[in-house]
Amino acid sequence: MSYYFAIIGTQDNPIFEYEFGTSKQGGDGIARFPEQARHMNQFIVHSSLDIVEEVQWGGGQMYLKCIDRFYNNYVSCFITGGNVKFLLLHAPSQPAVANTTRASTSIAANPTSPQIEEAIKQFFTEVYENWVKTIMSPFYQVNMEVKSPVFRARVAAAGKKYL
Amino acid sequence: MASQPIKPSLAGNASQSQRTSQPGLRYPSNGKTIYHRPLNRSRTQELSQASFAYLFGEMVSYAQKRVTGIQDLEKRLNVQGHPIGLKLLDLLLYREPPRTQNRPLNIIALLQFITTILWRHLFSRPADALEKSSNPDTPDEYMISDNDPLVNQYISVPKEMNQLNCAAFVAGIVEGVCDGAGFPARVTAHSVGKGEEGELWPGKTVFLVKFQQEVVEREAYLPKN
Repeated sequence: MSYYFAIIGTQDNPIFEYEFGTSKQGGDGIARFPEQARHMNQFIVHSSLDIVEEVQWGGGQMYLKCIDRFYNNYVSCFITGGNVKFLLLHAPSQPAVANTTRASTSIAANPTSPQIEEAIKQFFTEVYENWVKTIMSPFYQVNMEVKSPVFRARVAAAGKKYL
Repeated sequence: MASQPIKPSLAGNASQSQRTSQPGLRYPSNGKTIYHRPLNRSRTQELSQASFAYLFGEMVSYAQKRVTGIQDLEKRLNVQGHPIGLKLLDLLLYREPPRTQNRPLNIIALLQFITTILWRHLFSRPADALEKSSNPDTPDEYMISDNDPLVNQYISVPKEMNQLNCAAFVAGIVEGVCDGAGFPARVTAHSVGKGEEGELWPGKTVFLVKFQQEVVEREAYLPKN
């Protein structure tokens, strides 16, 4: 499974992005997007913003779960109180034909299963904690890009821990 | 790089090379950044009111230095408070227990968040009243009253400036919370004490929250729950 994580500000402006792969089931934490499709990630994530704006008024939850799908790409969303969106694109690696029966029951093959939903929720919750710490900095203004290497390392650690 | 003047001194070169290894970032000597500090506050970590009053007095006089009138001064105080509101919104939501950790979806939920959770955090007590404007022409106006605003406790306003209410700073915080939550609003502070002898609350302040048209329109579309 490959992941592309982006934080989008209140003006639909990207604030932070990070690409990583799964560390579960013997994964090495490296994203394996097909080279021809990699540049599409940003488009897919941004095109799901319209859906976020519809879903966000339907309930007060911060975690909106999986909101959009584009072929083999699934987009999960978490929205903060300050209207900043965390978007996670997850693309399950294509299961090999030989072991389809086994792969279809494993977590990686079913991106909307409750286990994966819960894992993404935990990932978002941890990023949210670090996000609140970021905005608590008196020098941080709304919609500023996040450049802190500490924040990046924390996001990477959360990705490694849960996804 | 090319646009910057080249410093010939050795010291300049040394700092230049240091900077390239850690671009523009220096860590505190104990290695602890803002990310290493917990977000939850314990009860004992309250601030001294004396130091706040001193700081706030300085903030008011700083804002007063380059202003043209009372409205301009209140605007500046409002602007000082606005980013605090944006930040407090997420901080206070984060501190809520997970079950009630919900984004406010309608005006009432938002104002209740402000008058209870925000007020308690800032002033250790809830606001004294929350009312909707009774005027049918202004359904977008709400009023939050505070009988004795903490920020005004040590502020004495001269007679010729009796229009001024320094709680405009708090109005800015409230405005920041509203804007951040997706309810753009204009918040102003007004003194309602008449200055009479023996008045119960001479410093009573009303925060007038005027939401923008689109917020009221959206409110009509959303299901009531």
